[in-house]
Amino acid sequence: MINKHLPLLMDQSQKGRKSINLPEIGVEKSTLPNKKFLRESIQLPEVSQLDLIRYFTNLSSLNFSIDTNFYPLGSCTMKYNPKINEQISTFEGFSSSHPNQTDENVQGCLEVMYNLQNELAEITGLKSVSLAPLAGAQGEYAGLLIAREYHKFNGNNHKNIALIPDSAHGTNPASAAMAGLNAVTIKTTSEGDIDIEDLKEKVSKDTAVLMLTLPSTLGLFEPNILEITKIVHDHGGLVYADGANLNALLGIAKFGDLGIDICHSNLHKTFSTPHGGGGPGAGPVMVTKNLERFLPYPHVKKENESFISYTPENTIGRLNGFLGSFGILLRAYTYIRSLGSGGLKEISENAIINANYIQEKLKSHYKLTSTRYCMHETVLSASRQKENGIKALDIAKKLLDEGFHAPTMYFPLIVDEALMIEPTESESKETIDSFIDCMIMISELSSKNPEEITNAPINLPVQRLDEALAARNPILSWKKD
Amino acid sequence: MSEIPNNLKYSKDHEWVNIEDNIATIGITLHAAESLGDIVYIDVSSLNQELNQFDKFGEIESVKAVSDLFIPVSGKVIEINQDLEGNPEYVNDDCYEKGWIIKVEITNSNDLSSLLDSSEYEKII
Amino acid sequence: MKNSPYIPATNSDQVEMLKTIGVNSFKDLLTDVPKSHLFPELKLQEMLSEPELVDYFNHLSKKNITFKKKTSFLGGGAYNHYIPSTVKAMIQRGEFLTSYTPYQPEASQGTLQVGFEFQSMITQLFEMDVCNAGMYDGPTALAEAALMACRIKKNKKILIHNSVSKKLLEVLNSYSKWQDVEIINFEDINSMNEDDYSCLLVQSPSQNGEIIDVENLSNLIHKKNGLLIQHTYPISLGLIKPPGQLNVDIATGEGQSIGVPLSFGGPYIGLLTCKKEFIRQLPGRIIGQTVDKKGKTSYALTLQTREQHIRRENATSNICTSTQLIGLMVSVYLATIGPEGLKQISETCFHRAHYFASEINKIDGFKLISNNFFNEFVIEADKNINEINNYLLSNNIESGLNISSGKKNLIMFAVTEMNNPKDIDETLSLLRRINDQ
Repeated sequence: MINKHLPLLMDQSQKGRKSINLPEIGVEKSTLPNKKFLRESIQLPEVSQLDLIRYFTNLSSLNFSIDTNFYPLGSCTMKYNPKINEQISTFEGFSSSHPNQTDENVQGCLEVMYNLQNELAEITGLKSVSLAPLAGAQGEYAGLLIAREYHKFNGNNHKNIALIPDSAHGTNPASAAMAGLNAVTIKTTSEGDIDIEDLKEKVSKDTAVLMLTLPSTLGLFEPNILEITKIVHDHGGLVYADGANLNALLGIAKFGDLGIDICHSNLHKTFSTPHGGGGPGAGPVMVTKNLERFLPYPHVKKENESFISYTPENTIGRLNGFLGSFGILLRAYTYIRSLGSGGLKEISENAIINANYIQEKLKSHYKLTSTRYCMHETVLSASRQKENGIKALDIAKKLLDEGFHAPTMYFPLIVDEALMIEPTESESKETIDSFIDCMIMISELSSKNPEEITNAPINLPVQRLDEALAARNPILSWKKD
Repeated sequence: MSEIPNNLKYSKDHEWVNIEDNIATIGITLHAAESLGDIVYIDVSSLNQELNQFDKFGEIESVKAVSDLFIPVSGKVIEINQDLEGNPEYVNDDCYEKGWIIKVEITNSNDLSSLLDSSEYEKII
Repeated sequence: MKNSPYIPATNSDQVEMLKTIGVNSFKDLLTDVPKSHLFPELKLQEMLSEPELVDYFNHLSKKNITFKKKTSFLGGGAYNHYIPSTVKAMIQRGEFLTSYTPYQPEASQGTLQVGFEFQSMITQLFEMDVCNAGMYDGPTALAEAALMACRIKKNKKILIHNSVSKKLLEVLNSYSKWQDVEIINFEDINSMNEDDYSCLLVQSPSQNGEIIDVENLSNLIHKKNGLLIQHTYPISLGLIKPPGQLNVDIATGEGQSIGVPLSFGGPYIGLLTCKKEFIRQLPGRIIGQTVDKKGKTSYALTLQTREQHIRRENATSNICTSTQLIGLMVSVYLATIGPEGLKQISETCFHRAHYFASEINKIDGFKLISNNFFNEFVIEADKNINEINNYLLSNNIESGLNISSGKKNLIMFAVTEMNNPKDIDETLSLLRRINDQ
């Protein structure tokens, strides 16, 4: 990591510098629009190409990334992003394809989409797939819209309640609110399983959908899943599964077999598309065959030997400008083809073994949220360390000092001082062992010499930012001094 | 300043009330301020509105959390502490004096009887 | 027998780990999964080795006509602009590509400072006060802007100007259909109407490429106590007055045209900017400048209490993703072309488009019907548009968008700096000969 102040581009800017030569207009000029429509001046940085490249390259060195560090962010599935996916996405025939072309001119792109639909259908057991949603949260929203449209189609307009476990990710109630559903919270046990009695009490004829994360946000598989889906179905409701944790289920179990009607998947998690600092992503939505008519535009079908993108007859509508985040879809499809059934099955197996290995090795140092075997992630609590004044945040910062990106902190909300660790299948035993050793070292340090942890990080160029100042006095863009 | 001043009344939602004649000055307790963390913004959209006891009168935000504010006595919101706009940290530094949030013209003095005194409040935190 | 190069664990690694955990086999870890549904069959397409992957996808990519084209005049919300080598170089850096949301700011100053640069450059481009770190795409940014106006004004009536494309309206409908929102055509309300509205949505350049008098509309909607929301085409801002100078309250746009490949529709980036008084209602991630414990200037996610992970059902939006990688491309693009370059590209698009349009207008059977346009224009033709497009395609020229309606044969052409004058002239000579076909 470079440890030097990197001034903003506008502070480096000098009039007359440039980074590129562009072609001349090359035709006779026409009359410009009326002066009242014309811009008088533009302010943007003026830098030479070397300074530009040096700046951004140096900035990149300030990041932890999968390519450089172990990144056990729970529920984010920070697995290796294969380089071949990147290479293939640059093929001219894909990267230069304009989305407004007619179907017959883009048969290659449509074939990729059709095949990906089928692969995701096979993996989840939910046969009808739309690749339109541009992110997990959008896929989730699409899932809820499908449920609403289905109930409306059947004349059940009174069904306006979404049942949501208290352990749910924030997008769940936020998406429910956007879909005009009233969120009713379902209690979970201390291990994050649905409290069946609470579910039975709160389910009703007005239940539109139960939103579940499977495995749960505590990294555990819902042992009563079949009973739960039956309870909801008996009341005419649908079950939606948040597929954020799908990395635990590949070849292990299929959503469609467990009574789930609708799910989404995060291609940037389970299917290795690059996280890119927070996005872009893609969140395809998968549904049972009888819900296919409600899918968002587009759905891709095959007729004779041609691929066609069409609008399903009772579609929830268009979610975005074009057909979906094709570049991301292509990378995910490349990934699935590079592994096949055999390779895909190995993913969950190794992700689960790695997580349980960490859980086992750390259980005498950190409080576990459950004694059960976890799935692909384990949630620890720093409550023991808190007795010495060390919080989850402090442990995270010390890990950064040692070159590990921190796990997810303070989620799920139902666990005190939560640290959610997801190693993924990409990591070697050596890397995992070094992480375990570091976590143990931190635990011991928390009783012997806690200042070393509360002072962390000391090895990074910036340390313990004043986030209160950032929110009290928002500075959100460059301003002249 | 004690953590739970004796001269104030308290609500279960962690607001304190200081009564002078029929004007109530209201803020959040030290316990509430500490749980929220560094306060960054207070949003009171109910100026000049008449509210009933325990209605929401605004929101208070810290870096990582946001909490609704509930009026401990029925009344008309007649003043908002303007200093908090530029200095929300007053709520952390001095929640019982500099960090007061609103002043209310009480419309139902019976409400005061449902509030807690300092020893009763101490029991609930 | 291992199938994956992306999984380092060997058989002996696995055996050792299982032993530490205290089980005999992997299956013993799956006690919570219903036995009847454990280990279902997975019938996926056959696995391909790396060279076979290259071969297979190469073959697929050539089933698209793209690679054959000499030039293209397709527009309609996505445009073929030049992507500089600097952009392509920077997104290959693994430190940018494979990092995640900057929850730990000390470990993410690269992503955060780039995001801050993005916010800075977009606010400069739009001349608006505040910009967030990126939405999914232009249309969703516009939909979220409309909902934002409804929250700010506590009013659910949205006016739509006829400049707004059908596609943008469809996305708005998807986002608002269950929120009791009323969407009204601006042209349908008469001037005597006393109602208040939350906002007026206008697209300029319009769905037909025309430049709209936004400032006039801004005055009208402000009188009705509503906000003016403009959806714009970023490249046009090199020539045309930006939203900040037109008294626009919230301005959105599709960022694809500034440094992002067409890639059959995505990933793109939605631009969302607003006046500073609305900042707490802005959805999406926002990056702010601050100092660390030693007083060093640094960057962090801020105003997070708007977002779903804190507010949950009261959040400004359910959005979690922020398209920062695409934001990186846009930042590198704008820094590469600079203010002079943007002006140059914008003028090139304008003049080449006007040249093309006025020459087509001279050809029998073609009539220019757009007025005061930027770089996209509509032509009415005597012939069926599909016929015209197929004829041009057989000469490896991708024509404009067929927007025929009713009995009118209409085609919309977009011209950018990627359509060189030679190819424009060749297209014109082909069109002149079309009546002989």
